[in-house]
Amino acid sequence: MKIVVDKKEYEVDPRENLLEACLGRGLDLPYFCWHPAMGSVGACRQCAVKVYRDENDARGRIVMACMTPITPNLLASIDDAEAREFRAGIVEGLMESHPHDCPVCDEGGECHLQDMTVMTGHNYRRFEFPKRTFHNQYLGPLLNHEMNRCIQCYRCTRFYTEYAGGKDFAVLKLRHLVYFGRAEAGVLENEFSGNLVEVCPTGVFTDKTLKRHYTRKWDLQMAPTVCAHCALGCNVTAGERYGTLRRIVNRYNGQINGYFLCDRGRFGYEHVNSPKRIRSARARRDAGAAEIPKAEALDRFSSLAAGGKTLGIGSPRASLESNFALRALVGPENFYAGVSDASYDLLAAMLQVLRQGPAPASLRQIEHGDAALVLGEDVTNSAPRLALTLRQTIRQAGLEQAEKMRVPRWQDHAVRELAQKDHGPLFIATPYPTRLDDVATETYRAAPDDIARLGFAVAHLLDPASPAVPDLAEPLRALAGRIADTLQAAARPVVVSGTGAGSAAVLRAAADVARALAKAGKPVAFSLQAEERNSLGFAMMEPKPLGRAVDAARAGEVQTVIVLENDLYRRAPAAAIDALLAAPHVVALDALETRTTAKAELVIPAAPFAEADGTVVSSEGRAQRFFRVYPPAGGVQDSWRWLADVLGLLARPEGLAWKDLDDVVEAVARAFPSLARIRDAAPGAGFRIAGAKIPREPHRYSGRTSMLANIQVSEPKPPEDPDSALSYTMEGAPVEPPAALLPFFWTGGWNSIQAVNKFQEEIAGPLRGGDAGVRLLDQAAGGAGTLARAPDGSASVPVAGYLDSVPAPFAPRRGEWLIVPRHHIFGSEELSAEAPAIAELSPQPYVALGPSDAAALGAAPGAVVNVKSEAGSASLPLRVEPGLPAGLAALPAGLGPLAGIPLPVWGRIELGR
Amino acid sequence: METPLTAKIRPDGEMIDLAAYERAGGYQAARKAMRMAPAEITELVKKSTLRGRGGAGFPTGQKWSFVPLGPAAPRPKYLIANADEMEPGTFKDRVLLEGDPHELIEGMIVAARAIEAERGYIFLRGEYTDAAARLSRALAEASAKGYLGRNVFGSGADFDLRLHLSGGRYMCGEETGLLNALEGKRANPRAKPPFPQVSGLFGKPSIVQNVETLCNLPHILDKGADWFVKLGLTGDGGTKLYGASGKVKKPGCWELPMGTPLRELLERYAGGMRDGVRFRGVLPGGASTDFLTADHLDVPMDFTAVAKAGSRLGTGTMIVLDDKTCPVGMVHNLEHFFAQESCGWCTPCWSGLHWAEEILWAIESGRGTPADFDRLDHVTKMCGPGNTFCALAPGAVEPLQSALKYFREDFERHIREKRCPWRNGQ
Repeated sequence: MKIVVDKKEYEVDPRENLLEACLGRGLDLPYFCWHPAMGSVGACRQCAVKVYRDENDARGRIVMACMTPITPNLLASIDDAEAREFRAGIVEGLMESHPHDCPVCDEGGECHLQDMTVMTGHNYRRFEFPKRTFHNQYLGPLLNHEMNRCIQCYRCTRFYTEYAGGKDFAVLKLRHLVYFGRAEAGVLENEFSGNLVEVCPTGVFTDKTLKRHYTRKWDLQMAPTVCAHCALGCNVTAGERYGTLRRIVNRYNGQINGYFLCDRGRFGYEHVNSPKRIRSARARRDAGAAEIPKAEALDRFSSLAAGGKTLGIGSPRASLESNFALRALVGPENFYAGVSDASYDLLAAMLQVLRQGPAPASLRQIEHGDAALVLGEDVTNSAPRLALTLRQTIRQAGLEQAEKMRVPRWQDHAVRELAQKDHGPLFIATPYPTRLDDVATETYRAAPDDIARLGFAVAHLLDPASPAVPDLAEPLRALAGRIADTLQAAARPVVVSGTGAGSAAVLRAAADVARALAKAGKPVAFSLQAEERNSLGFAMMEPKPLGRAVDAARAGEVQTVIVLENDLYRRAPAAAIDALLAAPHVVALDALETRTTAKAELVIPAAPFAEADGTVVSSEGRAQRFFRVYPPAGGVQDSWRWLADVLGLLARPEGLAWKDLDDVVEAVARAFPSLARIRDAAPGAGFRIAGAKIPREPHRYSGRTSMLANIQVSEPKPPEDPDSALSYTMEGAPVEPPAALLPFFWTGGWNSIQAVNKFQEEIAGPLRGGDAGVRLLDQAAGGAGTLARAPDGSASVPVAGYLDSVPAPFAPRRGEWLIVPRHHIFGSEELSAEAPAIAELSPQPYVALGPSDAAALGAAPGAVVNVKSEAGSASLPLRVEPGLPAGLAALPAGLGPLAGIPLPVWGRIELGR
Repeated sequence: METPLTAKIRPDGEMIDLAAYERAGGYQAARKAMRMAPAEITELVKKSTLRGRGGAGFPTGQKWSFVPLGPAAPRPKYLIANADEMEPGTFKDRVLLEGDPHELIEGMIVAARAIEAERGYIFLRGEYTDAAARLSRALAEASAKGYLGRNVFGSGADFDLRLHLSGGRYMCGEETGLLNALEGKRANPRAKPPFPQVSGLFGKPSIVQNVETLCNLPHILDKGADWFVKLGLTGDGGTKLYGASGKVKKPGCWELPMGTPLRELLERYAGGMRDGVRFRGVLPGGASTDFLTADHLDVPMDFTAVAKAGSRLGTGTMIVLDDKTCPVGMVHNLEHFFAQESCGWCTPCWSGLHWAEEILWAIESGRGTPADFDRLDHVTKMCGPGNTFCALAPGAVEPLQSALKYFREDFERHIREKRCPWRNGQ
């Protein structure tokens, strides 16, 4: 639709409001309360413009652009003197009580309020009365609270309570004294609280972890990277100064994280700065470990690698390139999966299911679904950002209802008032209660096998060709009926599952539901969650199961074991790993000390995510490149480079051929046709803009010539980066790089992260040139999901039908419990748990029982009980978890003395003494 | 002179009970309404020219006509009586609520029939405890007789009517703020569109109507639109509850023909100014209306004429300013009230009214400067209609902007003498 702004014609989308239309066309118009993901509420009155009835209307009237729908031939003016004066007046009002503390405010230099104030031209204070002041609250280890800076834009409460479903935060008080906080000081409960740092237009909510090693945005060296703490592949920008990682902020990707991250992703980064970091090679000597120079490390490494039967244990948290380099070193036949055999089977099943189709959905697709089934997965804790997405999925029904009543989608409060609590359908079947239950239509609490049976029953109702579920109890049959009817009636159904419940049957059941919907012609958004950053990519490299490596070690067939970025004691029972690492020689490459590195005779300092380059594949099957934020100090380098160096010393062809990351990427792409497209995940190292690389340092980076002057007065030459098109400098062409190479969002007059508006094709749309990453599993799902490419990628063949066998109903055992994993956003994931702020929020190890089982056992909450299973035993405090079904117990995933035992597992629980 | 709204009110101050109300012809209109088609009632009310008595003066029948009717309309629909009488200087609804609660209930039955609402609320100012007791009694009486609840008057239609006592904010009187409060939320206003007729209480079609407006309905049904039109002296039909407060001889509230001139109200009904004080100005329709002065005393008090004189009829209850009262102090008091009652949602309101209050207090306490005029002008401009989210701030600055116009010399004197001439003796 055509509109005219300040006498210039623009073509705009009629579903936008005038503010979005203006910003989307590159015009500058200040705003506060509007948020591209949260819509308009008309509170701040900052985006005032003039609109005119027609060409003869010279006076016009002031309207708020964010609340003004696009109409044909709309005549508007941003530049009108009265509108400009009004906007300056609004900032003047906002500034009445705003402290002049920019120099000591953490937001300073990337503050939307600063930017907008400059943009409106308001300069001199006329309000001469005392400013109002507030008491701030302790909000936990993640966020600072400085209410005096508040400008009452309401974004925080809109995000926290309305968008993210938080319950412990509110608007309090009135007039110019409105207070945003909790009823009383305390740790914020919501898993997405960190977004307040970016949602708040000024410095009320700031990053507490950053404050401990504070650096201005302009002084950060930054790079585009991919979150290291789950398999969703959220895009993040990491910033460094003086060799320490300072913070993470959101890096917009329209297909994945959009504008928001989870708190694990935002605050888990500090593992990179951990005192447990391995910063130089170490060799075990008689008296212990000693640091050795890089050359010696390489000598030892290469002679061990060449000295007999050598196994390589890969890692789902390491990049494709590092895994591939290990595989090249030991040979495909000796390349093993560094995950439990149970996880291995789950990943294999997941990959098989996804290859058969329907192809995995992006978070954006899921958000736009209109009915959702979550089968087995506690997404808030295993793939947290997905939980935030599902909270928006259930709003689609209300949004559509609003549109029917001609209330535009962006008019946020009107839509919410209309929809009230009538949200779209969401069914959640998990072993224990989840944080999404508050918005669930129905929940089902059961053992994984029963959850799978529910899924198969739904699939069978949707498509009788799928296997029937025998002996289905009536309540479950009825529930399956309601779910099937709902999904059938939906226009864009969503099916979510994953490996979190530890059950292949669950994810196959989810796949059958998705397949049945696809067969019926529905554009189903199907999503399976893997556990780690590169789980799926790792699985695509076809490692062998770990158990066989253990068997080989036990049989004495192994001379050397090379463990890549992996604490194997988290993967399997200690006895098995002890046996594996009892091999004559063990080499471990990792960034942090673990029980595994403690067993290695040679420890190689691997670069953590912020100091490494590579490619990872998310649960969506999206391959994404991540880049070093800063060159690692000392002997640290990428695992793939260590391995390439060893290959070189051994005069192996790969070692001689691999000069940089692109060479390894190319080798991966050639070796695995299914990974061929990773070449396109980002431009290669040779990419240039106007002959120059893309600077990681912003144009205002300070201290460059002096920051190392205590060591040497002359400015050193910037480090080279042979592996990417990014440079460790501030020099470069002032031209926007492709999305995959965007080191930060910053543009003239827009210093805060709100600058992302200026990098999008349209507001809340893709970044210009397309969002980062390439999808690898798309071609697998031809047609409406009924065709699939054969595993070798050769030809289209029909999906192999429904071949799954339905498990028998869960049968509780006397005196035994089926122990299921209970995931924790803070604590279950290995790396983030090393970040102090996250560690503070992590629960202590425990074992959980439902109230009736705990009562039957005669154990009170907190009582120490003995947990015994074939895989391991421990004494743990009892947690009573309402909602956990009888016969089930839960252990925190990845936490505590039993972190290594594969769950679910049958075990005994007895009163301790 | 006919006084249909207040005719049944007992002189002894007690409420009129159901039996007496029916003996005087009560609930006949409701019965009649139940035999009429909804659209027929709306047509009748449109013809009567009845306009909302809450302050905005929107034509009532027209307001109803936006409510979706018939079996396809979203359900339930709501009718809400706005009895949150919070406008400073305004006490007219209280007279009706305490004196004749059945009249309101009957009016609501009529309105509910017109919009096919099956649920109703009386949103009552929390401090109106007497009215609350009387309304509760009247509701119980009407329910016991089957006039409320299921199958009203055997019509087959249900009307479940409940009393809700407000927690008490000025914002609760704004119709969408009221809706939020009734839902248990902050009494912040809502964006319009969508209007409450389409998406109101709990997202359903709703009508929020002032008490006095609703009380007119039984009489319009009884006696017809033409009769109602003729009650008024000017174009606007009906009678109006007028009131006066300030230093007049007989402050009070009177039902008079719509369009009764200001001078007649002031001199005949309020008894003129008290001895020893002289008239300086008047806020004709409550605290959130512009001052009128002695030049305007012949203005007929109806929606059109008062607007033409530069103010608003508002609630029709005037506050009179005399020459022994400091206009700056008065305006400061008002702005203190409005600033305090700002919900804190939109910037011009929460920042502007706070600023205005601070400046006015500075002037009043002898700390004003000539630059304050520009700043006060700036605030009134920022708070103008269309610039804010709801009508609170535009109303709040009406007495301020008109005081700056009519009493400028008083402001100047405060600034020049660095004191309040009234406060410290003249």
